[in-house]
Amino acid sequence: MTSYRTGLFFGRWASYILLSTVSLVMIFPFIWMVFTAFKGNQEVYVYPPTFFPQEFHWDNFSHVLETVPFVRFYFNSLLVTILITVSQVITSALAAYAFARIEFFGRNFLFILYLATLVIPNQVTMLPLFLLVSRLGWIDTYQALVIPFLANAFAVFFLRQFFAGLPRELEDAARVDGAGRLRILMQIILPLARPALATITLFIFLSEWDSYLWPLIVTNTQAMRTLPIGLRFFVEESGAQLNYMMAGALMAVIPIILLFFAAQRQFIEGIAMTGTKG
Amino acid sequence: MFSNFLSGILNYGRRNLSEFKFQWQTPRRRRDFLTGLAFLSPSLIALLIFTYIPIAWAFNLSFTSWEARSTPDAFIGLQNYTYTLSEPEFWNAFKNTLYFSAIKIPLDMVLALGIALLLNQKLRGIGFFRMAYFLPVITSVVAVAAIWRVIYNPSFGLLNSLLESLGLPAQRWLRDPNLAMPSVAFVALWKGLGYDVVIFLAGLQSISRMYYEAAEIDGASAWQRFRFITFPLLSPVTFFVLVVGIINSFKVFSLIHVLAPDGGPLNSAEVIVFYLYRLAFQEFKFGQAAAVSFILLAVVLCITYVQRRFIEPRVNYE
Repeated sequence: MTSYRTGLFFGRWASYILLSTVSLVMIFPFIWMVFTAFKGNQEVYVYPPTFFPQEFHWDNFSHVLETVPFVRFYFNSLLVTILITVSQVITSALAAYAFARIEFFGRNFLFILYLATLVIPNQVTMLPLFLLVSRLGWIDTYQALVIPFLANAFAVFFLRQFFAGLPRELEDAARVDGAGRLRILMQIILPLARPALATITLFIFLSEWDSYLWPLIVTNTQAMRTLPIGLRFFVEESGAQLNYMMAGALMAVIPIILLFFAAQRQFIEGIAMTGTKG
Repeated sequence: MFSNFLSGILNYGRRNLSEFKFQWQTPRRRRDFLTGLAFLSPSLIALLIFTYIPIAWAFNLSFTSWEARSTPDAFIGLQNYTYTLSEPEFWNAFKNTLYFSAIKIPLDMVLALGIALLLNQKLRGIGFFRMAYFLPVITSVVAVAAIWRVIYNPSFGLLNSLLESLGLPAQRWLRDPNLAMPSVAFVALWKGLGYDVVIFLAGLQSISRMYYEAAEIDGASAWQRFRFITFPLLSPVTFFVLVVGIINSFKVFSLIHVLAPDGGPLNSAEVIVFYLYRLAFQEFKFGQAAAVSFILLAVVLCITYVQRRFIEPRVNYE
């Protein structure tokens, strides 16, 4: 019976060899980053390059931390990402519930209006938003990084699809008992929609964590840079010193990679879900 | 003809008005209307201020000569559009974007489908492979670009030393006008492959085994099973990957901005968004940059239209 799944042109060993080769190409750059990050200042300029560091230079990391305020970049990224994620999940859950369950005049029109924003590239709104933010005097502030992103039409759409598929019985019973809409959303819908909420939270978190173009244009000073922007300027400035560059990159990716190892299934399945259903 | 159109609008308005009155007939409907709006209001207000109004503003901006913050913006009609479309730098960026897609997308689709087929077997260690392919997907773009800058480094890089150990000549990769874009596209492929593998894998697992069992009974070979069952039934997924791939390559920016900060040698890696960024934030030509953003929007809408109109009807939705 399982043979239908295995019914392929490659045998077991050929499959393993192919899969291993590709995974080596995928993983090796990470290993290279780790080993380069520990190499000494002279060793990175040995050609052909050594694979394993001759000596582990832990001081590369302290050098990076002394050169640029990495901790500050982390704090900025974390603060901005958490504020945006929490706000988008709340505003989207409210709107998704209205679109899924409340019948009111103009609902379909408004839903189409929300969906229409999904095809608009961010670059279209970026210029006027930049002008708006600079007129408000928000350049180089947290407001500029957070306030324009309080709502997310994709999250509304995603949660609406999930809410609409939930059984109505519990909700109807609660309404007979006199529960209000907000209470139904909080106490019945949201607990049932936990998997969808987890998926969309992770999805928003990852995409905001890696946000690049907007923080690049609205921040000027080092103290306001988020992790991607801080790392980018560090890479530019340390361009010649490859070991420091990799030490910085390693420090930037470690938390997300650890998170990924801890919750691999949720990551992969969640992202597949937002992909195919979006 | 025109009066038909007009009466159509009037009828539509009348219908809506009567529907609106109907909505207010009972207290329950009135309450639902107000609750609905109350639930929508946080996101609606945010979208209004930070998406809908900016779109209109950008559209208006694209018809003005706004250059720096000091100069007054005058209405100049379509000049920003005509000027952009006659500028070789725009077409260079457009061509580079297409070149990027042409390298990345076919390779990505063939590899992702192939790997998904391999992973969709009863093998040990599937979890490990799936994790390995997905690792670059969750890694920050800037970190990925930094890693590959080190690997591509023409003087001390890993790649050149590998080439030389195989007896091949060293290359200048990101600093070679002919190789800059393929080098960038390869990194994009490396980073995005795992995502498409997972999408294809989900598609493969949703195909019912019934078909394979029937084909087996009829004596179909492995290739025939792929050709006549897997491939047609997977076409919605293949199609999704293709369209998203094309649209995303028109939006690529951060990877190139870190790998080739100046747009590559002789602007060989300057893509559309890069060009837009340079116009707006280095040359401060906001009017023209807004026009470029609407050209970008038009391209995305065209791709979406072609998808809906011509390709989707031919895709097999089981």
